[in-house]
Amino acid sequence: MKIAATHRRNGFLLDIAIDVPTPGTVALFGRSGCGKTTLANIIAGLIQPEQAAIEVDGVVLEDTRSGHRVPTERRRIGYVFQDARLFPHRSVLGNLRYGEHRAPPTERKITLDHVVALLGLERLLDRRPRELSGGERQRVALGRALLSQPRLLLLDEPLASLDVARREEVLPYLEALRDDLAVPIIYVSHQFDEVMRLATHVVLMDNGRVVTQGAVEQVSLHPQLRAIVGAESVGSVLGGTIVAADPHTGLAAVAVGNGTLNVTLRTARPGAAVRVQVLARDVILATHPPEGLSVRNMLEGRIAYIVEDDPDADLVHVDVGGATVLARVTRAALQSLSLRVGMQIWVLVKAVSIRGHAFLAPRPPLQIFSS
Amino acid sequence: MTAAELDAVQLSLSVALRSVLFGLPLAVLVAWILARRRVAGRIFLDAFVHLPLVLPPVVVGYLLLLLFGTRGPIGGWLYDTFGVQLIFTSAGAALATTIMTFPLMVRAIRISLEDVDAGLEDAARTLGAGAWDRFWTITLPLMLPGILAGAVTAFAAGLGEFGAVITFVSNIPGETRTLPLALYTALQTPGGDALAARLATISFSLGLAGLLAAEFIARRLRRMLGR
Repeated sequence: MKIAATHRRNGFLLDIAIDVPTPGTVALFGRSGCGKTTLANIIAGLIQPEQAAIEVDGVVLEDTRSGHRVPTERRRIGYVFQDARLFPHRSVLGNLRYGEHRAPPTERKITLDHVVALLGLERLLDRRPRELSGGERQRVALGRALLSQPRLLLLDEPLASLDVARREEVLPYLEALRDDLAVPIIYVSHQFDEVMRLATHVVLMDNGRVVTQGAVEQVSLHPQLRAIVGAESVGSVLGGTIVAADPHTGLAAVAVGNGTLNVTLRTARPGAAVRVQVLARDVILATHPPEGLSVRNMLEGRIAYIVEDDPDADLVHVDVGGATVLARVTRAALQSLSLRVGMQIWVLVKAVSIRGHAFLAPRPPLQIFSS
Repeated sequence: MTAAELDAVQLSLSVALRSVLFGLPLAVLVAWILARRRVAGRIFLDAFVHLPLVLPPVVVGYLLLLLFGTRGPIGGWLYDTFGVQLIFTSAGAALATTIMTFPLMVRAIRISLEDVDAGLEDAARTLGAGAWDRFWTITLPLMLPGILAGAVTAFAAGLGEFGAVITFVSNIPGETRTLPLALYTALQTPGGDALAARLATISFSLGLAGLLAAEFIARRLRRMLGR
């Protein structure tokens, strides 16, 4: 998937280039007003950009240089809007069928039964959109987009209008979608925890430009993330594999870098890929391996960088064998421990302060046809 | 009711109905242009459509005479080519009524169209619906309450159109003497007071029924459409 676009409006310049393998989930991440939705509308063809070259799975949707432009209605991009935009005069089933009926017959691979089962819509089919909760609306919007047999799913902050409980209700469906269907996904968000749970590739955007892009683990270390998520939420994301899980204690041991972290993660099975996020403010650094602490997690590593975070504290990047843990340390502690780059160091984190999510790495396309 | 009164009522109903049937598609088109298109001269179209609301109806009737009289540029052509005569006929009365009630229809339809979220049309577009498809399956059903309310209001108003009709097609019993014209004639006739009172009551009832029907239909439809 290749997306390059330049667009100017009211003095705001959007200038973006993204090139990622498919299938996968690309997160467009940035604060409100950074141009994410504009980019989504350009990809969908709802905005005509000054310059653009958009290609999905070898199909050129737009190339302003040659004047080639596929109109929105023939792009087959399943767009899920922030506000769902269900058709109020049609039932849930009528909404689901709308895109399905308009998809080319040869491309009809995702079936109604499959989508209904995947998104748990069985009991909603006869209802009208106004009778649905916010979370149900978004699930129906997702199903409607999927049934249009899209070559790309475009999700523009589908959870932004929902409260925390409703978000938790929809997120597992999004995870199921990512892992079950071979459709590439572009996920627009300003919530880093959603990005951490869903994305295989993150594009960090600010003021219409790409600040950095890459794997979540890598982007989580970028200094400009702080301005978006806030100093309190800065933390590194670590990819790992579950080596042991104890259903009684709810603790799972996750191999990360050269060590293991104990994480509260009930749903995981050994062998599963997971992502864990360790917030920089929750990390304790020790210059010698300590004893007699309740802390369950200790990783050994070396200080890779020390970056000034604010006038009173610094961010210490600790390499724990291929993975990086961030630690927020006061200037005073930094000086009294005389921390410096290259030093051997022990990283301590409480198990309860680690957020973990089972994550399936992108797999080859699955069987999505109903037999 | 006497035969003459019945005639007048039937004629009024027929003229109003024909005026609505003729004007409605055009009103939908104009409302759509005014609400959704950014064409040059839109404010002039808007003003032109609303002119009958502010012009004396006699002026409209006079302009119709000039344009659609058998010697007028359009009326002459219609007469020579198709043998159609509008002046002094009930068809002409329907045309005059259409023009007088057109702003009412456009207004109601336009308001309901502006209520239709353009985002829904965008959503339909991403789901593979082309322009006509979107209009028929999304826009039109959602503006239906406005269309029907506009049609019923225009119909009710059309029952009572006086100035433009009498100026353009005159006051011919059985052909162009609609309810208000019959009422006017009765008032001009010595001893016609009782007849005038009866006709006024009929006008009043029809108008009220029309307005109530418009509101009722709009509510029902809004509920049906899930809004």
